[in-house]
This record gives sequence, C-alpha cells and structure tokens, in this order.
Amino acid sequence: MPGERAAVGSSVEAVFREERGRLLASLVRRFGDLDLAEEVASEAIEAALTHWPTDGVPSRPGAWLLTTARRRAVDRLRRDRVLATRLAVLRAEAERADHAPPADADRDLPDDRLALFFTCAHPALAGQDRGALTLRFLAGLTTAEVARAFLVPPATMAQRLVRAKRKIRDARIPFRVPSDDELPGRLPTVLQAVYSIFTEGYAASSGPNLQRIDLAEEAIRLGRILRRLLPAEREVAGLLGLMLLVHARRDARTGPDGAMILLDEQDRGRWDRPMIEEGRGLVVVALTGRAPGAYGVQAAIAALHDEAADVASTDWPQVVALYDVLLALVPSPVVALNRAAAVAMRDGPEAGLALLDELADDPRLRGHHPYPAARADLLRRLGRYAEAATAYRDALALVGTEPERAYLLSQLRSVTTE
Amino acid sequence: MKYMLLFMSPMVDGEVVDNGCSFEDWIRYDREMKDAGVWVSGHPLQDLTTCTTVQVSPDGERTITDGPFAETRELLGGYDVIDVPDLDAALEWAARSPGATGPGSVQVRPIAEIDVQV
Repeated sequence: MPGERAAVGSSVEAVFREERGRLLASLVRRFGDLDLAEEVASEAIEAALTHWPTDGVPSRPGAWLLTTARRRAVDRLRRDRVLATRLAVLRAEAERADHAPPADADRDLPDDRLALFFTCAHPALAGQDRGALTLRFLAGLTTAEVARAFLVPPATMAQRLVRAKRKIRDARIPFRVPSDDELPGRLPTVLQAVYSIFTEGYAASSGPNLQRIDLAEEAIRLGRILRRLLPAEREVAGLLGLMLLVHARRDARTGPDGAMILLDEQDRGRWDRPMIEEGRGLVVVALTGRAPGAYGVQAAIAALHDEAADVASTDWPQVVALYDVLLALVPSPVVALNRAAAVAMRDGPEAGLALLDELADDPRLRGHHPYPAARADLLRRLGRYAEAATAYRDALALVGTEPERAYLLSQLRSVTTE
Repeated sequence: MKYMLLFMSPMVDGEVVDNGCSFEDWIRYDREMKDAGVWVSGHPLQDLTTCTTVQVSPDGERTITDGPFAETRELLGGYDVIDVPDLDAALEWAARSPGATGPGSVQVRPIAEIDVQV
C-alpha cells in the first residue's frame, strides 16, 4: 500500500539521517575518500529503501547500512583499478601518520565522527565552507538544504562543496583527531563552524523570517554530539550551553505575525525552562577550573538573562563584569557594542551612549546594523528624537530580515511622531 | 605526499622586508628536515638584483627585463620540497621554518603527481 510504503520510507529517512554522519565517518576512515564514502552511503540508503519495506527494518539499521555500503565500496574498488591504487597509496601513507584510536570504540558501530568534525572544519578550508561541510557530512543535510541554510543558490553551494572536497582530497587534509597538544589550536574552528550554523538559525542574515528554528536545532544536535565525543573540553560545554540558553527563548522572540520581540518585552513564561536548566548546568561545567573560554563566558551572560524575572531585575553589574572578561578574551567591537548596551542598563543611557560613540570610527562595525540600532535606542531613551530618527534610518539601510526591518520602522515612527 | 614550501617575503618600494632570521636558523631548519627524513629537495634563491624576467609575445618576440615585474609585492626567497603523510604535517614543517616568522610567510602547495606513461 502506498501509505505503508511512505511510512517505511520516512522511518528509513529518520534512521538514515541519524546514522548518516556516523556511517560516513566510518566509511571515510575505512576508505579515506569523502566522495566514495558519500556515493556508497547513498547506494546503501537506496538499497534500504528497496529491501526494508519487504524484509522489515533490521534490528541494527546502522550496522546494516555500514555493511551494505562497505560491500558497494569494495565492488567499486574491484572495478576501478585507478581509484583502488590511489586509495591504497593513501592508506599506506596514512599509516605513517600518528592515528588516535577511535573514540567510543566499544559500541557496535565505532564512532569516527570526531575525526570527521576536524576534517570538515580544518583551518586550511575557507571559513564559510567549514559550516557548510559540517552540515552536509555531520548533520546529514542534502546539498540543497545546506544551500538554503546559508541562503545561497543550490548550484553555488554545490560548487563550493565540490571545491572544498577537492582541497581535502588533493591537498590531503587528514582524517584524524588531533593529538592533545594540537587540540587547543584545532578546536576553535570546529566550534566556530557549529556556532555559525546556530547564529544563522538564530538570527538569519536576510529573508522573511527572523529565526530558523530547524537550523538552530541542527546546531544544537551537532553540539550534543561534540559534547559526548569531547566530554573534558569545557568550551564544548560552553558552546552547547550558550546555544541552549539562547534557543530556550525561541517561542517568545517572535509574535504570532512573525514580528520581532526584544528581550525586555518577551513573555518570559514562554521560555523553555528545562532547556534553561540544562544550559545552566553546562555553564557550571564551562566555568569550573582554569580561566574560562569565550563560549563559556557568553553562556554565563545568557544564563543571567534567562534567570532574571524581568529586565529591571537582571543582574546588570554581573553582566557588565562578564562582558569585561569576554572583551579581554575576544577584543572585538561587536563585543564592545554589547558591553555598552549592558553599561547603559547599569548606569543609564548616557553612559552607554558615550561608550558607543567611542566605537563610531571602528571600520569593523561599518555595515553592522546593530550598531546604529543600539545608538538609536539609547538616543530615544534620552529623548533626543531627531538624532534617534537618523540612527534608525542608518540601521534600516543595513538590516537584512523583514521582522527586524518592521521593528526598526515602528521605532522610527515612534520617534518621529513624538 | 610531496609538498613544496615556498618562503615568501613582502616587498616595500622594491626592497625585501627582512624578517631578521639568521643563516644559522636556516641551517638548523635544514638539518631538522633531513634528520626527520622528510626533505626531498630545495634551494635558497639569490637576491633580486640577480633576477631577470623573460616573456615571449604571441608573435614569438622575446622581451628580457631586469628584475621581477614592477608590481611584485612578494618575493620568493627559496623553497623546500618535503615528503610527509598529510597537510597537517606539511603545515607543521612550514610553521617551524624561519621563513614563517616576522613579516615572512610560507605558502604550502601540494605537488601535482602526473603519471606520464612512456
């Protein structure tokens, strides 16, 4: 029956989506080639779609898929001597390199995904491609879905992925977990790749929607995988905590019509309490021990907002103190901008505005719409409506999403009619 | 897998900006590569005053000029070819070279292995 077929099909897809990253990682480890791994993984899912509706879904679907994919790969290598020779050379050379043992080796399917994370987010790849590869190979999104995630045409994304895969293969970016002494240098690009997926979901850079929940949830799923694979890394805990503490506010961030609702007007009863609790637990992990990292500090700031009953009772001195720590770790004008907004809450809009004006000439804030928007907000609160209107117009000229545009327009109207 | 490490120095007003590393630093680096068994080949290059540029036009006419192109902003000071398992190992050797410090930088290029069947 067509309905039954669809039900099995969707359960196959669910299984495949869950197992795809693991399957790909195991295949890349075995054969050393991303393209071959992708092809035989796809063939295995096709085989599953043919066999599972009649034979039933096997008890260990992941192992079934891996066995099938491996057989296909071996068949392919028998037929294609050139590919086989190339891969044989590759494997022989890979054995010269130090290999860390696979994490989680006692499971029925060994988990090689950590190595795949480090390959996809290798610093030798372009920054914008790292998030895309991570979504493609670890979250299991199709190329079209990855294109939608980063708001580029599918053909453009396909080209970028082909180019990135070519560099991985031809420059021989390795598939391995960095050693303990390499890890501090290598982890940041992995975390950044996951966080770039989250921020694109949380604050879409353009388009009709302010947030794209599914993308933020992909990033959180990736964060959870990393947390399991690297339980001792506090910045992994910090990143996952930060994402959870921000994502917990998703339902209150937009009105029924998709309009943007700022922190001070959100219905805090709609925040996701269990998610906040989980995030707070991770903040404790992230901040315990030696000097904290940037994700841990940002998570701690998010936790202070999440714990407060309203904006007035938020612990602003503590928020400012954490921004001071963050600014020392990440000397970026965007952090300074957020710190100025927190100072405005602690000491009044005048103090915040003075700090914002110090950033006026920073070229790194040029084109960054939150800067004129923050200035406009403080000018409005000071009753300097004409200047506020100018700043709102500056922000409107730069803003990317429709809900943010609508919010800024309504603010502009409020200062021009007063 | 073979990689070429190209040691680049920036040029300002036609002069190479020196990164201050000594001859001894390069000798030590050379020794480290050879001791590790990764060194394949390599040479330092003589300075710019010895450089000549040759160009052949579509009709076969040769133009010979003294020095590099006028707009050259980076100078290749020398190269090494190393044979290591992967890009991480090549990047590690590049980072250890005296050429990576100060204003200098190292470009890491995989060697294209082209099989010519005779």
